[in-house]
Amino acid sequence: MRLTTCYRCYSYSNTKFITELENNYIPHTSFQKTLLGFGSALVALVDPHRADMISCMGEVTGGQAIKYMRQKMLGTSEGAEILRDMPRINSTTVCFKTLSQMPQNSLGRVYANFMVENKITADSRLPVHFINDPEMAYVIQRYREVHDLVHATLFMKTNMLGEVTVKWVEGIQTKLPMCIGGGIWGAARLKTKHRQLYLKEYLPWAIKIGNEAKFMQGIYFEKRWDQDINDFHKEMNITKLREV
Amino acid sequence: MAFRRALTRIRNFKTTQGLCKRSLSAQAEAKENEKKRTHFGFETINEEEKTKKVHEVFETVADKYDLMNDVMSMGIHRMWKDIFMQRLAPTPGTKLLDMAGGTGDITFRYINYLRNLGHRDTHKSSHVTVSDINQAMLDVGKVRAERQGYTGDPSVSIDWLCADAETLPLPDDSYNAYTIAFGIRNCTHVDKVLEEAYRVLQPGGRFMCLEFSQLPNTQLQWIYDQYSFQVIPVLGQLVAGQWKPYQYLVESIRQFPDQETFKTMIENAGFRQVTSHKIPEGGECARPILSFVSYPYPRSRSDSHLQTTPQRAQSDPIHRG
Repeated sequence: MRLTTCYRCYSYSNTKFITELENNYIPHTSFQKTLLGFGSALVALVDPHRADMISCMGEVTGGQAIKYMRQKMLGTSEGAEILRDMPRINSTTVCFKTLSQMPQNSLGRVYANFMVENKITADSRLPVHFINDPEMAYVIQRYREVHDLVHATLFMKTNMLGEVTVKWVEGIQTKLPMCIGGGIWGAARLKTKHRQLYLKEYLPWAIKIGNEAKFMQGIYFEKRWDQDINDFHKEMNITKLREV
Repeated sequence: MAFRRALTRIRNFKTTQGLCKRSLSAQAEAKENEKKRTHFGFETINEEEKTKKVHEVFETVADKYDLMNDVMSMGIHRMWKDIFMQRLAPTPGTKLLDMAGGTGDITFRYINYLRNLGHRDTHKSSHVTVSDINQAMLDVGKVRAERQGYTGDPSVSIDWLCADAETLPLPDDSYNAYTIAFGIRNCTHVDKVLEEAYRVLQPGGRFMCLEFSQLPNTQLQWIYDQYSFQVIPVLGQLVAGQWKPYQYLVESIRQFPDQETFKTMIENAGFRQVTSHKIPEGGECARPILSFVSYPYPRSRSDSHLQTTPQRAQSDPIHRG
């Protein structure tokens, strides 16, 4: 795989991510990118459980949005540090056992509890296949790995209502077409009761948070496990909708 | 002095000889190593790696294999396989080895063909051994066979055998029909597959191969290439979540020998009356697929009269008119 930026420029980066990217990158033409864009959107609509299609759509349609996210991250020292370190979030880099023993109101504990209650694992995030610039590929990889933290800190469950709400917040903040599409089309699959809740409470709240909260992709969560969740909310300008 | 010079000359000669020998053996080793490389799609890899990589491809694609065949060929592969079975035209009592038979498409058509002959009450029972190097593909075939009601049929028994087509754990002359559909191009040593097919087939038996071929029209070939390389891997990613196995599969079609070369390879294995057919017949507008039909030439035996009379289609017991 030919990287679009030379290794010299990445003397400060995590070359492990770059090596992984080289193994997973699939060379493709612009025609194939277009086919993938439409095809993955269609398949994701028909079968929302195809997480690989949602990932694929994010990569092939997210070019401009990923550049925007990178710029936003470079705009703060914390975001720039993330791009320099390229930290990963999975069961080998984050000790969930330690997090589950932290104080109840700590960000780490909230995250660990969220993963257990929703029966999900941090190892389910797919690698990047269709972006060959390592920094851009990292930005989208980071978006995927931080998604559960966004859910946890907003106290949104992983049901369709929670997912659609988080997609709205992420869509407004990141401008990723996949998030915007997910927010709109996902809502169409809501059942009556949840649709009512969505229209009356969740959607207005999501729009407010999306616009008012600080850029969540620029937060170095791994350095804030012991931060009190209420402090975190105050700092981020987040108001809770309801307790999960 | 002269003796010393002669001795030196002898020593130098021996050293030179030794150097030459070492150099030659190094060259031979290098050539040996070079020979042991083969193609995997458009990649070049070591031969011993190919079997493993092909195994990984089919392990990955097994559960979506049939769906992908339908998507890639828009269902047309079903017609190709129907025609293939019509050409085999088995009769009751046939013992078929369906090599690279994996998910069972050819086997099920074989059983349906026999059932449709209306000989269900015949005393002659038929048999099929479905063989594949990949257990995952066989497992899919077994589930399909169960679901579609092919198991437990008293007129046709089915065996499932995980084996390498290059070294079959089967006795000589144990089958009278051998089919391999879209499988032979994945084998590392096609010549060994043909030799094994010859060995396990009885004299008068038939070797039938269904495989992709080149288009005679270069413009059509270009269109087909664009479809293969631009669209099929994308379909693999969308339908099965796999790009690279499908990239390999389209590349491997281009690496397979052309019709005439393959025909010669079949004849070199001992088969005679080798013919190739394009499916559809005279197809210029569609993608021609070859089916090779060939007969193992009877080997030297006590019943030598078979050697003098070439087998004809009409007189072959497994053929119908």
